[in-house]
Amino acid sequence: MIAALFLSGIIVWLAGATASLALWRRPAAARRVACGAALAGSLLDLAASAFAIFNSSPVVIGLPFGNPIFSWAVRIDPLSAYFNVLLGVLAAAVSLYSFGYLREMEGRRNLGAFGFFFNLLLMSLALVFTASNVFFFLVAWEVMALSAFCLVSFEHEKKETRNAGVLFLVMSHAGTGLLLIAFLVLASVSGSLDFSSFHLLASTMTPLQQGAIFLLFLFGFGVKAGLVPVHIWLPEAHPVAPSNVSALMSGIVIKTGIYGMARIFFDFYGPPPLWMGTVVLALGVVSALLGVLYALMEHDLKRLLAWHSIENIGIILMGFGAALMFRALGQANLAALALIAAFYHTFNHAVFKGLLFLGAGSVVQATHTRNMEKMGGLIRLMPVTAICFLVGAVAISGLPPLNGFVSEWLTYQALLAGFGTTQSLTRLMFPVAGSLLALIAALAAACFVKAFAIPFLALPRSEQVAEAHEATPFMRAGMAVLAVGCVALGLGATWLVRVFDPITQQILGVHVSSAMVMARGLALSPGTPHGGTISTAGMALLFLVAGAAIALPLAMRWRRRSVKGPAWDCGLPGLTADNEYTATAFSKPLRLIFSALYRPRREIQAEYEVSPYYPRAIRFESEIESTFVKHFYEPLMLRIMSTANRMRAIQAGSINAYLAYIFITLILLLLFGVRG
Amino acid sequence: MREQIMSRIIESIAQLILLLVLAPLVTGVIRAMKARLQIRRGPGIFQPYRDLYKLFRKGMVIPETASWIFTATPWIVFFSTILAGLMIPMVAADAPLGLFGGVLAVIYLLGLGRFFLALSGLDTGSSFGGLGSSREMTISALAEPAMMLAIFTVAIGAGSTGLTEIAGAAIGQTWRFLAPAQMFAFAALAVVLIAETGRIPVDNPATHLELTMIHEAMILEYSGPYLALVEWAASIKQLVLMTLLINCFWPVGLQPSWFGFGALIGIGWLLAKLLFLSSAIVLLETVNAKMRLFRVPELLAVAFTLGSLALVSTFLF
Repeated sequence: MIAALFLSGIIVWLAGATASLALWRRPAAARRVACGAALAGSLLDLAASAFAIFNSSPVVIGLPFGNPIFSWAVRIDPLSAYFNVLLGVLAAAVSLYSFGYLREMEGRRNLGAFGFFFNLLLMSLALVFTASNVFFFLVAWEVMALSAFCLVSFEHEKKETRNAGVLFLVMSHAGTGLLLIAFLVLASVSGSLDFSSFHLLASTMTPLQQGAIFLLFLFGFGVKAGLVPVHIWLPEAHPVAPSNVSALMSGIVIKTGIYGMARIFFDFYGPPPLWMGTVVLALGVVSALLGVLYALMEHDLKRLLAWHSIENIGIILMGFGAALMFRALGQANLAALALIAAFYHTFNHAVFKGLLFLGAGSVVQATHTRNMEKMGGLIRLMPVTAICFLVGAVAISGLPPLNGFVSEWLTYQALLAGFGTTQSLTRLMFPVAGSLLALIAALAAACFVKAFAIPFLALPRSEQVAEAHEATPFMRAGMAVLAVGCVALGLGATWLVRVFDPITQQILGVHVSSAMVMARGLALSPGTPHGGTISTAGMALLFLVAGAAIALPLAMRWRRRSVKGPAWDCGLPGLTADNEYTATAFSKPLRLIFSALYRPRREIQAEYEVSPYYPRAIRFESEIESTFVKHFYEPLMLRIMSTANRMRAIQAGSINAYLAYIFITLILLLLFGVRG
Repeated sequence: MREQIMSRIIESIAQLILLLVLAPLVTGVIRAMKARLQIRRGPGIFQPYRDLYKLFRKGMVIPETASWIFTATPWIVFFSTILAGLMIPMVAADAPLGLFGGVLAVIYLLGLGRFFLALSGLDTGSSFGGLGSSREMTISALAEPAMMLAIFTVAIGAGSTGLTEIAGAAIGQTWRFLAPAQMFAFAALAVVLIAETGRIPVDNPATHLELTMIHEAMILEYSGPYLALVEWAASIKQLVLMTLLINCFWPVGLQPSWFGFGALIGIGWLLAKLLFLSSAIVLLETVNAKMRLFRVPELLAVAFTLGSLALVSTFLF
């Protein structure tokens, strides 16, 4: 039954893709067909994978064509099924949202093409998560990258969009190149392209080879995940895409990198050398910290969210790196705890980041700008969007009782428990990483105070924003599904940890959920002896009781004694939108404190007539430097361009010369073949 | 099972009353002592109760520019602070709601309150509110790593982030707080406490000078009962953090349970220790001037260094 559900999901997506392409002249029909098929396919995929997680043995589906080397086979084991659950939940909500979101584009853009690539992206994602061999995996990987590229560049008449799309394509293929090398090396050693043939293969290799392969996979998958320093495409590409695509990109496409690492690193190495986990943990901390620091300086609502994706990938990799380290140290139960923290956060991030991007999409569609400094007061104009965005903001800031808190708490517990696992100085990494996680979470909270308060609260800062209207019912429904998801994943933590048992059993050979559930499912514990406990459900219950029994009646009574009046504002009358704190002003203290990183530049020009104290107009410009682009990628690009220029000499355009090149290459290859 | 739940509920109610009643008193005592040290007469130690009583009976003005966030915030701040307060050991080593969360949950619940307070500061559209929110979020973010290092040091010693276990591990080792790791961690947490409760040299709780206020700027637009709730919550937060500090590092007098005559002894010890810590705070506030905002990161860097030293000394000694 799982196979039938999964295959019908794939077929529905494929059919949706072709049908919406065929209907491209009738935008309304194309939109309905594309979104309907995407929704149906997602639900089928969700059903198949929800069953497959608890299936006793992996489900293998081979397609009738293909040959032993290039086989088109999928294999749904618990790890694959888990990521498919994420895909199903997020894609269903996004498809629901798209019914309303795409409507505004009808007649102005080619929705047939959009529907085609949208369904193709979903299908390729499902196949990336389930492909059972390298060949099929890379085909699906490439289809995913190309359809994502087409969706990102959908509004291609803007130069910004085209540039971002090309950057995404180049980085994505650089990553695929690394993966290709790594996979070919593995395949040449194992003699098979099947993933299962890589099992514990590392033991036959020298440490140097093992390390090289680790780095190839880390950066190959890291490009897709948005790992610092190969993250530069992410804050460019995610914001320019249509917002429903941004939600999918940040929610699930970048998680394919996490999936790839989980699939390879545990299976291939057995216990990996300790330094590998250390590298992953350290890169995770760096990614998370830089992600949130750059997010704080961002005033483009969608770019801000994109930077937070880098931050959250960092947090996921912290748990993941800790899991690798525990594996190396022979602590299977702790490795399971750290892995659960990482995977839990993966799910949470898919839900709340999807929600935030959908919320941002509603805001951008209503206000026609991504610049937060022009927004304001949207909570009155778009109440439902505001509540949904607030839920997402609280969740991503890791505040109780929502889901971000649970996975961050689990990460803390894993890091804390790590201190006792070894006597070497390496153990100092765990508490230091933990304290930096605290910094990261607190900075994220500061950033989301800004990201919610500036667009949604106080007075509108421009006329176009004052005329904004609430999102359509479909869009609200899509956001509401994910908002409910944030609450459910937070309060249902003790129920959800059971889902991880088959996964940790598959990867690490242990299952720990029974030790993690305490007090009949009321409280969650890390499973270590005397470990702390939390109960998000208990907290939420107390909040509800207190709110209903005390707050509501009293608030009603006090309401009668309250009057509406102008804000006091220290006695200054006539508050206008010009008085409001801006996003730039809000983040100014942090810009000064971390100026060594940002290297901020500012320019103030004041026009005045009589005295500089009474200016007529002030122009303020502030900019921060993007360190990686300036000091690494720009020199690299210059080098590549100059090399390419020099290589032009041998491309004279003469056919004779080209034939000579081919001939020389052939001779060299033959010589090489004879010698080998 | 049922008896256990019943006793938990009774303990929670007892601790709830203690939190609500004691918090304004601590604020009052600190103010009175400070006044004496500065050779002023100052208000009596019960003045905060009178202030709260007065505010609860007043009407209030809600800014036209504010949304429902402004009215929901006092409740969220008040309840999350109280919930955090029920998770710490005050009189008995066993925290009444220890099952619902340990030290991490306490910090994050206080963070939830701060998040909404910062939102409401920006909600009214006044520039002072925004200024307060921006500074509060910045300082608390920078205080966080130092606090977490200190807490990790203590938690590693106890093998748990549960406060019941942390306090329990310290009981019986009366002189443990003299160990280098404990002293460093204590110092780090004490600096963080000053920053988090908005005391001199980080913030001045008595100021209403526009450009120097942080916490006061955020709550500038509140009046009447909502102002009372926010002020009450602020003093409860101060009590919670002070109790956390003294009971984690110096659990003398913590009782095995809330029941019986022991509870009175426990409360006595708590009051004595709070008085001691309050005097230290008063002394510190009197001999120091408020720092410039951009000097505060340096102070917090010192706290972070102390926290790191604490961590390193856990396995050096």
